[in-house]
Parts: sequence; C-alpha cells; structure tokens
Amino acid sequence: MFRVVKRTDLTRRKSATFRLLAILAALVTSGVFLMLLGFNPLKVYVSMLDGSFGSAYRFKEAIIKTVPLVVTSLGIAVAFRMKFWNIGAEGQIIMGAFGATYFALFFNQLPAVVLIPLMMLAAIVAGGLWAFIPAFFKAHFGTNETLFTLMMNYIALKWINYLQYGPWKDPKALGFGKIAMFKDNALMPKLFGIHMGWVLAVILVVIMYIFINKTKRGYEIQVIGESENTARYAGMNVKKIILSSLFLSGAICGLVGMFQVSGVNGTLTYQVAGGVGYTAIITTWLAGLSAPVIVIVCFLFAVLQQGGTFIQTAFQIPASAAQLIQGLILFFVLGSEFFVQYRLIIRDGKNPEKVKEAA
Amino acid sequence: MNNEVYIKIENLTKTFGPVVANNNVSLEVRKGEIHALLGENGSGKSTLMNMLSGIYTPDSGAIYIKGKKVSFRNPKDSMALGIGMIHQHFKLVEVLTAKENIIAGQKGTFFIGSRKLSQKIRDISDRYGLAVDPDKKVYNMSVGEKQTVEILKVLYRGAEILILDEPTAVLTPQETQSLFNILRKMRQAGCSIIIITHKLNEVMEISDRITVLRKGETFGTVNKTDTSANELTNLMVGRAVDLSINRVEKKNDSTILKVKELTVTDEENVKALNTVSFTLDSGEILGVAGVAGSGQKELCETIAGLYPVASGVIEYNDENIVGKNPRDIIKMGISMSFIPEDRLGMGLIASMGMVDNMILKEYQNQKGLFIEKKTAKNLSQKLVEKLDINTPGIYHPVRQLSGGNIQKVLLGREIESNPHLLITAYPVRGLDINASYTIYDLLNEQKEKGVGILFIGEDLDVLMELCDRIMVLCNGEVTGIVDAANVTKEQLGLMMAGEKWEDVIGRGA
Repeated sequence: MFRVVKRTDLTRRKSATFRLLAILAALVTSGVFLMLLGFNPLKVYVSMLDGSFGSAYRFKEAIIKTVPLVVTSLGIAVAFRMKFWNIGAEGQIIMGAFGATYFALFFNQLPAVVLIPLMMLAAIVAGGLWAFIPAFFKAHFGTNETLFTLMMNYIALKWINYLQYGPWKDPKALGFGKIAMFKDNALMPKLFGIHMGWVLAVILVVIMYIFINKTKRGYEIQVIGESENTARYAGMNVKKIILSSLFLSGAICGLVGMFQVSGVNGTLTYQVAGGVGYTAIITTWLAGLSAPVIVIVCFLFAVLQQGGTFIQTAFQIPASAAQLIQGLILFFVLGSEFFVQYRLIIRDGKNPEKVKEAA
Repeated sequence: MNNEVYIKIENLTKTFGPVVANNNVSLEVRKGEIHALLGENGSGKSTLMNMLSGIYTPDSGAIYIKGKKVSFRNPKDSMALGIGMIHQHFKLVEVLTAKENIIAGQKGTFFIGSRKLSQKIRDISDRYGLAVDPDKKVYNMSVGEKQTVEILKVLYRGAEILILDEPTAVLTPQETQSLFNILRKMRQAGCSIIIITHKLNEVMEISDRITVLRKGETFGTVNKTDTSANELTNLMVGRAVDLSINRVEKKNDSTILKVKELTVTDEENVKALNTVSFTLDSGEILGVAGVAGSGQKELCETIAGLYPVASGVIEYNDENIVGKNPRDIIKMGISMSFIPEDRLGMGLIASMGMVDNMILKEYQNQKGLFIEKKTAKNLSQKLVEKLDINTPGIYHPVRQLSGGNIQKVLLGREIESNPHLLITAYPVRGLDINASYTIYDLLNEQKEKGVGILFIGEDLDVLMELCDRIMVLCNGEVTGIVDAANVTKEQLGLMMAGEKWEDVIGRGA
C-alpha cells in the first residue's frame, strides 16, 4: 500500500535535482532501447547535440525551430494566466498564416516596407479573431473553451486545405495542389542569416514579461486567473479583460503563422503550423508561464527535435525510433513534475523501515 | 455513569509536512458521557477526530476501542466499530427522502422493504426523541432537521460513539436546545458523544468532561463540575483573557446608508432578499443576525455592487447607487469598504504577497499604463507594524498566513482607505480568541472615527455585546431591527426562525 503526499518543503535545488534525474533516467531508458537496436547510445546522444550545435547552419536551423515555439508559448501563456485553456494555438497560427498569405498573394505589387507590415497586421487580426470567437462564446454563453478552441483548429486546417486544393491552387504547379510561392517583397528580411522573426521574438519576450509583471492590465490578468470573484470585487470588468486578452493571445499566435509563411516556407500549406500549437502548450506549462523561462524551454525542445531528425540520417535510425526517444525524454521530464509536487510513501504496517526507502 | 472506557487514544501524532497538527495527543472517552473537545481554531481538534473516524491515518500512537487496539484504513473500518461522525457540512442527498438518505450505501436486500425500514427508523427516532418524517425530502428540511437526519443515519448504522463537529454553528438557539436534548437522551441510552466546539457556554451546559487542546497538544481533561468558563479559556489560550467586549457609545446621528424595499433574486429566481429596508448611521455598528444562508451574503454583495438588484433603492449619502458596479462605486469616490466572508476567494489574491494585495482596488486610480507599487509597499510595512501581522515578508503569498493574519491584511487594507461605510461579513470566522478581540477593537476604533459599520455575525453573544442595533434576517426577510441592549438571545432566536419582532417582544428571557 502506498499513498501520495503533497510536498511542502520543496526547495529550488531539490526540484532542479528531480528534473535532472528525470533526464538522466530518460537517457538511460532510451539508451537500453538504442542498444537493443544495435547502436551505441553515447554516440547517438553526442550526435543528437551535434545536430544542433555541430555547425553554424544546424544552429540556425535550431533557432528557426525555436522562434515559433517561443512566440506561440508567449501567446498561450496570456490565456493560461487567466485559466482560460486556449488549446487553439494551432488554429490561430494557421489563420494568422492565412491572413498574411492573403496579402502576399493579392497585394504583391506593394513594396516590401508596406507589404510586410500589412501581412503582419493581417496575421495578428486573423489569429486574434480566431481566439476571440471562443472567448466571446465563453463569456456570454458559458461554453467550454477547451473543446471550442480545439474544434476551431480543425476548421482552420480544413479551410487552408480547401484553399490549397481549390481557389488558391497555383495554376503553374502542373496540377499539384499547392499555393504559389511568395514574391521576394513578401518574404521577411534576414538578420544573421535567420528571418527577422527571431528579433521580434526577443522583443516580444521582453514586452510580455513587462506586460504581465508591470502593467495594470497584466495585474488584472493575474488577478482574474487567481479568482474571478476577487476581480469583480475589485471592480474589474472581467468579461472585457478576458475578451481583449484572448484577442492578444490569439494575435501573438497568429504572428507565428506570418513568420512561418513569410520567413521560413515562402508559401502557405495546410501543414504550416505543424503541431507547434500543441507542442507550445507543453513548453508553456513546463516554463511555468514565465516569459524568460519559455525561451530556455523552447530552445531545449527545438534541440531535442532537431537532434531526433539528425540521428535519423546520421545513424540510419528509423524515424519512428527517433521519435520514440524524443517521446521517452518528454515522458520522463513531464513525469518528474509529479514527483516535484508530490511525495510517494510506501507503507507497510509491519515493516516501518520500508517507509524510509521510498522517501 | 459508569466508568467503562469506550475510546482510548494514546500518544497520537499526525504531521502535515512541516506542520505538527497533533503531537502526542491522549484522550479517554467513557461509556455514557458527553465529552467536549475544546480548542481554538488550528489547535488540532478536527485532525484528531478525523483520525478517530478513519479519514486520516496517524503517524504514530494507538487507538483502542473498548480495550481493543485498532487501526483504521478508511472511514468504513471506523464505522464498523460503531463510530459515527457528523460533519459540520452535511453529507446528504438533497433530492432523496430522509429514509433514502439513511439507507444509502448500506448493505441490504435487493428491495428496500419500505415498511419494515420505516418502522426501524421510527423505533430509533422514538428512542432518542429524534423528530423526523422519514418520507420528507431533504431539500424541504430546515438545517436542524437535516442535522437530525445525519444523526439518525449514523445511529441506524449502529453507532454507539458519536462525534459532532461544531454542531451548533448553523443552528438557532432553540434548535441548539433540542439538539442538546437529543444528546442527553443518547447519553442515557449508553452512547458516548464527543462534541467539538469552541463555544464555552455550550461546553458548560452539555458536557460531562472536557479535554482542552492547544497547539496540537492535550492540556488535560477536567470534569465540568470542577471548572469554569474562565478557567477553560485560560487552558485554551494559555493565559488569562478578558472576555468582555466594549461597546463604544454612539455619538453621531446622521444617516449614511439607507436601504428601501430591496429585493434581489438568485439564479433560480428565488428571492434571496425580500423587501429589505433599514438605515445605518455614521458611527454605528448595525449587526445582522440570521441562520446561515438567510440572505446575509446577498445583502453585502448587493450593497457593494456585486449582485444585481431586482427592485428597491440603496442610498449612500442620499445618492442612489443601485445599478452601479464596484468600479463605478470606486470611481465615484464613495468610500465604502466591503470585507467579504470569503477572504481568499474574494477579498484577496491568495497567491500574491501583501504588496500586490494592497493595490487591488487602488490601482484603478493610478494614471498611465504601468502599475506603481511603492506606496503599496510602504503601506504593507506600516500595516505589518501597526496591526502586528505575522508574516515572513510583505512579498510572501498571503495564502500561507494564518487566518487571523489574513484577516488583518484584508481589514487593514480596507481601513487604510479611510472608508465612511464598512461592511464586514463574519470578520472573526476561523480566528482564534486573541485575533477575534483584535478585530473587535479595530471595528470599535473605526466606529469612534464615525464610520458606519454593517456587521454580519454568527455568534449572538458577540452581536449583542458589540452592536448598537441588530437586524435579524430569515429567508431574506427582515424579521426585526432591535436595540441590542434590549433584546434577549431567545428573542433573537425566535426571530431567526421567522417570527416577527412584534410577536416576540413580550416573550423571551
């Protein structure tokens, strides 16, 4: 018989130790798995890191993967602060990409200095609205935001699918279902070889940190997340704050869509979000909703993903096995959160020494 | 009374993380006695009883029932040995009848066998004088009746040892008396009863022996006949305490708040307040008495602008504030402070420190986009000193403070805003004796400054000592507004049960 007890004596050092132990355990477990497949786990791990740090190009790739995760996490964090479970970031990214693409395709005669900001604005508005709709229904009719935002993802996905194989299909693509590549004036400029999105991401991290911690609206968001009753008691207009903050949350996610189409892919496909909206939920949560920590967690995530891809080519490890390793590491790290918060006590009435072993 | 020992608890210890809730607690309960467990909030009474009823497992120590050592793994084990606990919050299914509630979860034949069952329930009822109709639905019952069903439930399951956790908190004085009569009958029948309470007069009235708990430790068991209320207080608090409350003389006569024919309805369209009218003067404490759920919460929240008004007028200094939300009220410069009953869920932000809590209302008057916390920081430091708030630091989450300190933070913030009207709902609930008296002093201080105070209370003794006038609510209606000096507890009790002051005035005492 065992029971679970909430930890009350948790120090920073202790929780860090737990997380490190979890990563270690993950490496050992997936190491066993790799050995069964006939690989040297140490070599595989080193080359996983090599996949992100081995060359300037690979490092750039890791950053390009980090940027959308960071920005999406920042957007999600705004909603999560209010305990509004926005799991619709995926759809908000897609709709942001849709907004940006609309201008890239149909206003491509404009000069880049006008077109790029216009695309960004479109992405912000489209993403924002996509989050605003479920927020509106929750505020006025009490609908469940988790289901609502999730469903909105599929609508967005199918909408792009329809455009890609229907009205927006590139006639020059010889019947392939793809949207035309953007012209150069619709592509985001680069700095140090990476699209400008990373600069914006850095700025956004700083802004969001200040927004949540130093502004009135940030304070209001935190109070609402703690207790709506307290917010009402203090005279806050809870509905208005939830609606506007959700617009902000979606707008930030929408911006990611712009980065991906204009900075990375140069066109729109229905895979534009590629699961970033879901992965970002994990990173946001792991980072404890804190903007600076989000950067670290997202970078590590990107390194993990990149490493997974790299070992596929370097060792001819099947893609599924590489993903399995990623999954294992994630499983252990997320699982360790339980032990960070709770303690397991194994009890055996006749054998009190056993208690110590487990603790 | 014979001296056969029913329950013996030896050196029980229970810790929750770093908190030692019970430390080497020992207790002995005899057959056929009413044993009071007395102690302040947080002294470990509930923890002890939860161990006895199998909800918690002790870390060390032993429990003996009728001389046999036992160890409970869950409440069922303890029930099987005849221990029944009546919780403060009833655990009844509202839509079922008393009978259905009593047999719910019990082993039995496939068919309920209604008639036989009713007979058995009636037998138990008759034996102990529990007046309850087995076929009445729980949602149609008064609080007192619900409690009776709870007692019947555990008796039906064969309990011989009854634990009651603060059973009188929700009862009118009359209902309390009938409960005590039931308990006396049960004692005669040989049951043992443990009653948890912090009300001294009740302890003196009903119990045979008293065990005092302080800071998780037992401070001896005494016979009621060998002790007095004062001595028990000393045992409970650890030193002598003056139990009288000063009533500051009221000086002023200008009306600050006028409520006329106020009616509000809840989500189910039931009238939570029904044509309530009263006035409140500056420098007056108007008490509000009533059984829990008589409309007190709605009254406070309506005046504070948090609850929609169906009809009626609320005038603050001759200005109608109906339809205004708290923000409007703050903006209008109406200095009204509301200290809600749910301190952490409504009055404060639990996970934030004192500083962030100080700006909760004030931040809206700040200019610009950014929030300025310097004044709040100074205010926090000032309050810590002035009110002697015990906290590891002004940035420490208020949730982790003790109940008394949480209340000081909340009350301190509101008082510092220099209100003219103060609404407080159950300001001493969950506070120990010392903290309670600090709060009464603070309220009296405000009264002297000319603040009009609406005081929602539950302890009639306190209401009668502290307030100038007392308004009694029953089912959302005012049954009387009386001078606190000219009313008896019994009269208040009758009004709490729904009788009008005009009908009560001749009776009582």
